[in-house]
Amino acid sequence: MASTSAPAPITPHGRAKLIALGRATKPIREASGMARFMFWTGVGITLFFVALAIFAPLLSRYNFTQYASGGHRFPQLGHPSSAHWMGTTVQSSDVMSRVVYGAQTELEVVAIALAMSLSVGVPLGLISGYFGGILDRALVLLMDALFAFPYLLIAIVIAFVLATSSIGGGILTAAIAITAAYVPLYFRVVRNHVISVREEPYVDAARALGARPRTVIRKYVFFNVVQNVPPIATLNAADAILLLASLGFLGYGIQPSQGAEWGYDVSRAVSDAASGIWWTGLFPGLAIVLLVTGLTLLGEGLNETLNPVLRQRRFGRFEFDEREPREEALLDQ
Amino acid sequence: MRPEAVAPQPEQHADEEPLVSIRNLETYYSIRGNFADRLVGREAGVVRAVDGVSLDIRRGEVLGLVGESGSGKTTLGRTLLGLVQATGGSVEFEGREITGLPERKFRELRRRIQVVFQDPHASLNPAMTIAQAVGHPLQIHGVEHDRTQLRARVADVLERVGLAPAEAYLDKYPSDLSGGQKQRAVIARALILNPVLLVADEPVSMLDMSVRAKILELMVALKQDFELTYLYITHDLATARFFCDRIAIMYLGRIVEIGPAEAIYADPKHPYTQALLRAIPEPDPTRAVPRDLPRGEVPDAASPPLGCPFHPRCPRAFEPCGWESRDLRDLLEFRWARLAGEPRVEEEQAVVGDLDVLDKPAPEVRLPAARGRKPEEVVALLERIRAEDPQEPFWKGVARLEASGSHVALDFHLPQEPRLEPVGDVSVSCHLYDSAASG
Repeated sequence: MASTSAPAPITPHGRAKLIALGRATKPIREASGMARFMFWTGVGITLFFVALAIFAPLLSRYNFTQYASGGHRFPQLGHPSSAHWMGTTVQSSDVMSRVVYGAQTELEVVAIALAMSLSVGVPLGLISGYFGGILDRALVLLMDALFAFPYLLIAIVIAFVLATSSIGGGILTAAIAITAAYVPLYFRVVRNHVISVREEPYVDAARALGARPRTVIRKYVFFNVVQNVPPIATLNAADAILLLASLGFLGYGIQPSQGAEWGYDVSRAVSDAASGIWWTGLFPGLAIVLLVTGLTLLGEGLNETLNPVLRQRRFGRFEFDEREPREEALLDQ
Repeated sequence: MRPEAVAPQPEQHADEEPLVSIRNLETYYSIRGNFADRLVGREAGVVRAVDGVSLDIRRGEVLGLVGESGSGKTTLGRTLLGLVQATGGSVEFEGREITGLPERKFRELRRRIQVVFQDPHASLNPAMTIAQAVGHPLQIHGVEHDRTQLRARVADVLERVGLAPAEAYLDKYPSDLSGGQKQRAVIARALILNPVLLVADEPVSMLDMSVRAKILELMVALKQDFELTYLYITHDLATARFFCDRIAIMYLGRIVEIGPAEAIYADPKHPYTQALLRAIPEPDPTRAVPRDLPRGEVPDAASPPLGCPFHPRCPRAFEPCGWESRDLRDLLEFRWARLAGEPRVEEEQAVVGDLDVLDKPAPEVRLPAARGRKPEEVVALLERIRAEDPQEPFWKGVARLEASGSHVALDFHLPQEPRLEPVGDVSVSCHLYDSAASG
């Protein structure tokens, strides 16, 4: 257990928290085979992009809007070279800087969007599932209606409406657009799970103990429902990257002045590709593929380690005792 | 086996005001019908899970509530706990009416009424340690907030239920404990608030045989320690005998017999009680006991039989017990199932018309003959069936059987609802002991 490796002076409460943490991470530590490989590869790739995002100012020599340095304008559509490792675009900006700063934009938007959709979708799902009744019906109807639209369409509409308002076409707009697309998913997953957990005897027991609905939901329902959320959230993050890139590609995402965004860069590079200029599209495209792959591996790995249906336990090789068959034969007589 | 601690002493409490007084309690569940019903919000009917139950629970006694599954015993317990709303009637706890009490007001009562459920594995929140789970009631009711104090009180109650040393269990999760240990923790959680009434809903039926006796002995000991009153809900008359002072036998939402445990075991009055007692497995397999267990299954509580709910299965049923149309259908279908494969089954089925007219419960039946057949043929068939087995209680209920016009007129004696009436030491709800009906 985790408590054994903990520093010496800890309160009972602190110890309980440590034990809880050790218990929560146990399946991950015990994961094996494919699940373990997927999980840790995903962690590696994702951490690489997180590092890119955090250290972007140190890692790239130029800013993402920069088109000149030391009085010299960068070449237009310049080949990858020692000065510009990934070449330059038609507007003379450095492709590598845009890719590196792009990681910052993507992760910021996805983090904000996930935080917002979790903090809306999960509580709504908990309340709707636990109390049921008219509220539940109304919310399910609304969420199903939202669900029926393609994600991208909702995101475009929201992005379009917000971009024309005072908020403008920045990171927050893109995050809100993505949030609107994902809230129904969290709502559905959490609500349906709550409905099954609600019938568990320990929930009845909590009611019989005199716990208020708020306490029952927080202490008895939430922790037994929330374990589904990390894999979904991670897989969703991968999806959200694609959604943000699609918005950018269509011109509804982050405005070029607000931040570097891979989808936008790819859309600008479409015409270049025809004339044999591969570097403007390849590197942002590769970044999208890599980050999405990383997050998907992380999510699938989490899913396989946390989901008891998919989880495979490690079993030692079972050795038959060589004498056994003979003894069995004797018993048969 | 039976410790002195449970020797019944009901006389001592007889003049006291009962702890719980239940009068004509009804708890109905509505049934959701088919898809169309749901769309328009129509209810397809009600299940009378508890249908007019009256009983008292005296201070300091163990009242056993015994019945088959579907008898409504668990629903009665849940109504008492305020987990389901009563449809009608009254429940007084310590002189205070608790049916229809809003949850906010009920909450303070919950310190006094606690529950132990059947399944110890599902009764503990898998995400809480034993210390958190057992201590939570104190936090809920604002009794204790200081963490060290809380932990000390939890440790104390754990040791009292036999989870010693408590330190070994405090930081464990339910999944780390065995079934018996979990049930002890559940009991500890129920007791930490010092309740007066403990509703134990089949507390040992999911445990291993070896653990059952230990948990029951623990409950007996705790009854003394905490001055508890138990409502012990079970389907198992064998453990009830060991544990209970008084026993109430439930069938289809009603109490059919209630009285001191000794009297019920020594001289069961109601045919259902007699059947249940015969169903207890004999420890000595060489003693072949004629069992004649009740035939058939528990009827559908959504449309219970007329009259006495047990009459279709009762070997001693007679005229007033509530014979009706559906009993005729059961009789015919049971006969045809028994004779399946014999040629006369098809002949008989060809004579009788559509049996669906019998589905509507009524004490008189107008049964049509099959197309092209005469009602006299049906009467002749029924008379033949009667002649084959004149002992069948069904025929006692038949007052008139003749062809009339295009139908067979079959009238039964009018059904009478049996009432719970004192017979010797116990109270029984059966016409056999009811002078007005049998005379």
